[in-house]
Amino acid sequence: MGKTIAEKIFDTHHVDNPSGDIHVISLDAVFCHEITTPIAITDLQTRGKNRVFDPDKIKVVIDHVSPAKDSKTAMQGKILREWAKKHGIKDFFDIGRNGVCHAIFPEKGFARPGYTIIMGDSHTCTHGAFGAFAAGVGTTDLEVGILKGVCAFKKPESIQVTISGRLQEGVYAKDVILALIGRIGVNGATDRVLEFSGPVVDAMTMDQRMTLCNMAVEAGATSGICPPDKVTLEYLWPFIQNQYPSKEEALKSFKAFAPDEDACYVDHIELNVSSLPPQVTYGYKPDQIKPVSEMSGEKIDQVYIGSCTNGRLEDLEIAASIIAGKKISDDVRAIVSPATPDIFSKAIDKGIIKAFMDAGFCVTNPTCGACLGMSNGVLAQGEVCAATTNRNFNGRMGKGGMVHLMSPATAAASALTGKITNSPLFKG
Amino acid sequence: MKIFKGKALFIDRSDINTDEIIPAKYLTEITKKALKPYLLEDLDLQGFDPSCDVKDKGVIVTRDNFGCGSSREHAPWALEVNGINMVIASGFARIFRQNMFNCGMMAVKLSPDAIDHIFNTYGGLETFVDTDFDKMLFTFSSGGLKEEIPFTIDEFDQSLVKAGGWVEFADRVY
Ligand code: SF4
Repeated sequence: MGKTIAEKIFDTHHVDNPSGDIHVISLDAVFCHEITTPIAITDLQTRGKNRVFDPDKIKVVIDHVSPAKDSKTAMQGKILREWAKKHGIKDFFDIGRNGVCHAIFPEKGFARPGYTIIMGDSHTCTHGAFGAFAAGVGTTDLEVGILKGVCAFKKPESIQVTISGRLQEGVYAKDVILALIGRIGVNGATDRVLEFSGPVVDAMTMDQRMTLCNMAVEAGATSGICPPDKVTLEYLWPFIQNQYPSKEEALKSFKAFAPDEDACYVDHIELNVSSLPPQVTYGYKPDQIKPVSEMSGEKIDQVYIGSCTNGRLEDLEIAASIIAGKKISDDVRAIVSPATPDIFSKAIDKGIIKAFMDAGFCVTNPTCGACLGMSNGVLAQGEVCAATTNRNFNGRMGKGGMVHLMSPATAAASALTGKITNSPLFKG
Repeated sequence: MKIFKGKALFIDRSDINTDEIIPAKYLTEITKKALKPYLLEDLDLQGFDPSCDVKDKGVIVTRDNFGCGSSREHAPWALEVNGINMVIASGFARIFRQNMFNCGMMAVKLSPDAIDHIFNTYGGLETFVDTDFDKMLFTFSSGGLKEEIPFTIDEFDQSLVKAGGWVEFADRVY
């Protein structure tokens, strides 16, 4: 019988099968940030196990609250910094060189086809865009990953999601994933992998595939995965060119992780997106979705463009094309946070940052900030934010605040009117 | 092994996320104890008051997909420091469930029918839950009511509960 991408990756990383359907697999990378790692470090120290399995496979960033906003967040950074130094972890990204984890790690070439990756962060599923099995874990799993380079999972079953048709202008990967979550629900893929395929996925850039996979966990999925292909190869080529004699050879090795034709899925979902309009969430759960047109006119207080979902260069480019030469509404405040220094500096070169500033946006350094209500744009009680992030939970961006999730295009258009508004790029 | 009994806290809603269990602003704490006052602080549920309803409870009984959202292990820790070592639900989000067992705590899934039955019979009543780990049996009691409800957790999860968590187990075995 054929195999899914996840099954192929599990086979190549098998360590143990301690019972039933539990599989212990070896890890190619363990990603760390300052919110969930310091407590893992102190626990390992208390247990007398202050070791790391392989400093080259551990990648560390300070991203959630950067710069530190108080003594407690400063201490989290300090613990992480000293630990990375002590163990000779070279890939450590401190302020000035730091970005949102799920944007900066791919940018550095750390996510590869066939890799197994864990991180103490639920949106680790983002890296599945590269054909990796990448999963968010808690602190204890992270500790064991750091210590032994292994993690235990139920061997995940996969749901095949075939995305067909053609996206209309002004409709993006964010709208597709919102529509999918709206269809299957926040629990629709629990314990499963969402394996994406079809012409729409094939045509997506890596930035778009990352947006797609980023929100897999919002449907409960362990990981989202896209089959690695030429697009993946072109993105990764600068990092891997010394490992392969040619691009053809590299692609061949990537294809070892393509799903078999006769792979066995627990479910198939066919999503034709040809008539899909831009989507927005209306409640406190990411599966509460409506077309933007049905929410339009709803007043907002803040716009936030950024995060691991939609803070990449393409996202900023699209948003900037909408606000360029215009001013945001007097009734709204708008924040844009490029997800990494590289994105930031390219956005400067392209005039994107100036366009945002001229329109009246506040431009922040790369950080998670407002996305999880920690800093840089926390909402007051009763305020409403149009955000390109991935979670609209009650209180997520500040107690008593409401978050509406949407694409960068919709967020930019909404900044101009101060109300939820379809982008002018969407003609439907 | 931890203690898996106590008064039940009934949360009659699905999809309780970890932001509701412990809001992100408390993630800067570096001790588990510090989380104690904030458990379920942002849970907006009719008739629920986190300042008094959490007190003295040992077990949570709830609906489907409990613990969805962020991977924060602060969620089980916030329960643990409040004396709640077990959640009984009709379903769990993957990471939360794993975090519970990794900490030597229990996340026990019962059928939706069994959960319905428990809510219908005991919801709103002061209810005590006891656990016989070896026989895999809960005893629910309230006033004159009393009944045994069987459960199953797989072998691996049992060994984590017995070992007191995954770190010790993994460091020994792998
Ligand atoms: S940007 Fe938001 S969702 Fe992404 S890692 Fe940061 S806090 Fe988490």
